[in-house]
Amino acid sequence: MSTTTAPTPTLAPANPRRLVDFVLRARTFGILGVLALFVLITTAIQPRFLHADNVRFILATTALYALVAVGETFVVITRNVDLSVGSVVGLSAYVSANMFQAHHGIPIPVVFLVGLGVGLACGLVTGIITAVGRVPSLVVTLAMLYIIRGVDTIIVGSGQVVANALPNSFINIFHDTLLGIPVLAIAAAVVVAIAAYYLRSFRSGRELYAIGSDPDAARLGGIPMGRRIFGAFVLSGALAGLGGVLWATQYNTIDATAATGLELQVIAAVVVGGVAIFGGSGSVVGAALGALLLQTISSALNVLGVPSLWTEAISGFLLLVAITLDRGIQLRLAAALRRRRVHLGA
Amino acid sequence: MREALQLMSSTSSPPGDTGAQPGRTQAEPRSTPILSLRDGTKAFAGVRALEDVSLELYGGEAHALVGENGAGKSTLVKILGGVHQPDSGSLVIGGQEVVLGGTADARAAGIAVIYQEPTLFPDLSVAENVFIGRQPLRSARRIDYRAMDREVAQIFERLGVKLDPDRIARGLSIAEQQLVEIAKALSSEAKVLIMDEPTAALSPVEVERLFKIAETLRAEGAAVLFISHRLEEVFALCQRVTVLRDGKRVLSRQLEGLTADELVRAMVGRELQARRHEPHQPAGTVLEVDRLTREGVFVDISFQVRAGEVVALAGLVGAGRSEVARAIFGIDRYDAGAVRVGGQPLRRGSPTAAMSAGIGFVPEDRRQQGLVMELSTEENIALASLRRLRRHGLLFASTERAFALNWAQQLQVKFTRLSNRVSSLSGGNQQKVVLAKWLSRQPRLLIVDEPTRGIDVGTKAEVHRLLSSLATEGVAVLVISSELPEVLSVADRILVMREGRLVATLKHDEASEERIIAAGTGQSAVVDRLEEPSP
Repeated sequence: MSTTTAPTPTLAPANPRRLVDFVLRARTFGILGVLALFVLITTAIQPRFLHADNVRFILATTALYALVAVGETFVVITRNVDLSVGSVVGLSAYVSANMFQAHHGIPIPVVFLVGLGVGLACGLVTGIITAVGRVPSLVVTLAMLYIIRGVDTIIVGSGQVVANALPNSFINIFHDTLLGIPVLAIAAAVVVAIAAYYLRSFRSGRELYAIGSDPDAARLGGIPMGRRIFGAFVLSGALAGLGGVLWATQYNTIDATAATGLELQVIAAVVVGGVAIFGGSGSVVGAALGALLLQTISSALNVLGVPSLWTEAISGFLLLVAITLDRGIQLRLAAALRRRRVHLGA
Repeated sequence: MREALQLMSSTSSPPGDTGAQPGRTQAEPRSTPILSLRDGTKAFAGVRALEDVSLELYGGEAHALVGENGAGKSTLVKILGGVHQPDSGSLVIGGQEVVLGGTADARAAGIAVIYQEPTLFPDLSVAENVFIGRQPLRSARRIDYRAMDREVAQIFERLGVKLDPDRIARGLSIAEQQLVEIAKALSSEAKVLIMDEPTAALSPVEVERLFKIAETLRAEGAAVLFISHRLEEVFALCQRVTVLRDGKRVLSRQLEGLTADELVRAMVGRELQARRHEPHQPAGTVLEVDRLTREGVFVDISFQVRAGEVVALAGLVGAGRSEVARAIFGIDRYDAGAVRVGGQPLRRGSPTAAMSAGIGFVPEDRRQQGLVMELSTEENIALASLRRLRRHGLLFASTERAFALNWAQQLQVKFTRLSNRVSSLSGGNQQKVVLAKWLSRQPRLLIVDEPTRGIDVGTKAEVHRLLSSLATEGVAVLVISSELPEVLSVADRILVMREGRLVATLKHDEASEERIIAAGTGQSAVVDRLEEPSP
């Protein structure tokens, strides 16, 4: 069209990548920083906080939340949400623990499989309705929250599973350690590591991010959206099912209200961990750290003698701070990227 | 057949005339097209969007697809891209009949589509956007990031693009996003590259770069399908053209020997008069912008717009034109300076204040900012006038409809039902709805950002006439446009911006495309581009 070579304008801004990288890393660092701050302050006031037993307790309780948060992260990355995980944990906790009452001497791995199965079944139903029926996940999982809880209530009736019915070897899982670290925490860390590797290194993992980043573009790009979203819900259900068994090892007494409201704690962990609530970005490592932070805060408040009534309000407040901060960073980042462009007149 | 075509090439040829006609710069003649669609038909809810349309794309040839909005171009593109499946007709690629069940099938068949709106994932890196779903793999089907980086670097080098593959796509300019889309097409080694109005948002320099890339691809044997409303681009890039009108193919032949007038006649089906600039009689000053500055965006912008005058803001995309307009209307804040309307200072940062001062603002992006796509046509038209339409605090549907109908008719909006979603209208008609929304408020000052982007020639002329008649009625009009012919035909006065500064003010008689470009780019080299003989 022309013989003239117009000087090629520099299209690439100096290096916004460093900026972006820094911000992303800063998110994870931010959580670790807040975590360190909490530990320092609490320990300064009450040295008992860093006692090995207390640290072990925090890590063991975090395992459950981290596990469920991994599943939730998969769902949230695709711009969906799973509100049913609390009910799934409750149902799975009862059904799996009740196996010991119904079948004496049942091997513990079988009980874990039962819990996993319960969660898998719930996740399948949610996934099918969301992915095939294309009903918004907020509505579907809200309904599932009540349905599963209702089923739980019917199954449990007025009864409950009590600690006496559970074998010691099962109850001890919560307290078991390997090299001084709770086995549950190790197991959760392994799951987090596998999930993180999967999200980073497999096409289907990247496609989850793509879907949440821009669903319309994903459709035009030929990404199998239904299959991916379905998979995310199944995983979320399955991990919540496993979480139910963990719940049983920790609390030992399980009735129809077990794990009520847990879904909000999990979502809080995910959001505090830097997973964008509108999808497209975030990591399971962040979500797990978010869970750890929330557990640490609740333990710190407990150790400091803050009435447990305050714990929820303070957790909520910190959640708000985290989200506001996140939003602020996002806006700053967008503005910074825009400004660089204008400066160069590209 | 070839001889027959040659004979007809001096006048517009009859419909349905096709054949394996070699292009201008083609090396060897080919007998079979890379892709051919035979008698494709597609209807949406009973409305025929495409009727028995055939299209043949040859390797090493750039093929233009033109037509008015609503002529079926986008439908055709979406059929080739696998988004829509034709109701009837067959698609043959590389000699084999194929059925594209989805976008993934089209990609596998070697078809790459660059859609009107870039379809990138803002949270993923540039490299990932290029390779999404096709990342190079190593053992155990894991993504090989190193190979990916290497390949992206190669493609960018080939394109002459300096873009960091590791940065996230969020914040890329439209031009950069399009480069990523092109890289995507290159990496998939597409045999067919479809570009749906790729130049709508680009500045002349960026358009030129895009064309070089398309030219290279063509030289390497790919078939290019190019959709544009800018006919001078069609003539510059393409060897063959297909014209659609009302879902039917009315013309398909080689471009050589065809004049722009003939092409326009084929598109609109009637003679279109070139609009000449009619000078207006400006009266008192309506808008006064005084040393407006927004740090890092624009500096020291001063100008006036008088009643009955059309003033255009020209310059490259990214020069800060839209930002100035947004600051005047109060969407963005500014750091220093003042805006006065009718002598009264306008409160900064308040669109409500701007509206009550009598300013109307038609934004650049009508889908995102100008319209509420989920609402009906009538609701959109009435949206800016709700306060005037309410009775005792309530809004009656009948009042709203009568009001909307009046304005829809005045602007000749083509609609089936006013209660249908505004998203069902074609782009040109959507733009008329945005204009109707603001004109119904009878503004003293109308700011229009890119009024005819993505609008066909027929509607474009209507919009130009409309802006001109508004000025005649005494409205002050501020137009922002990247299309120089548009600027020259509408504006009484042209302000040129470069890198956030006002660098030139040209009266209509002293303005030319060359002068505007020279001022807008600060370099006279680019001017040569326009001295090419235009067909």
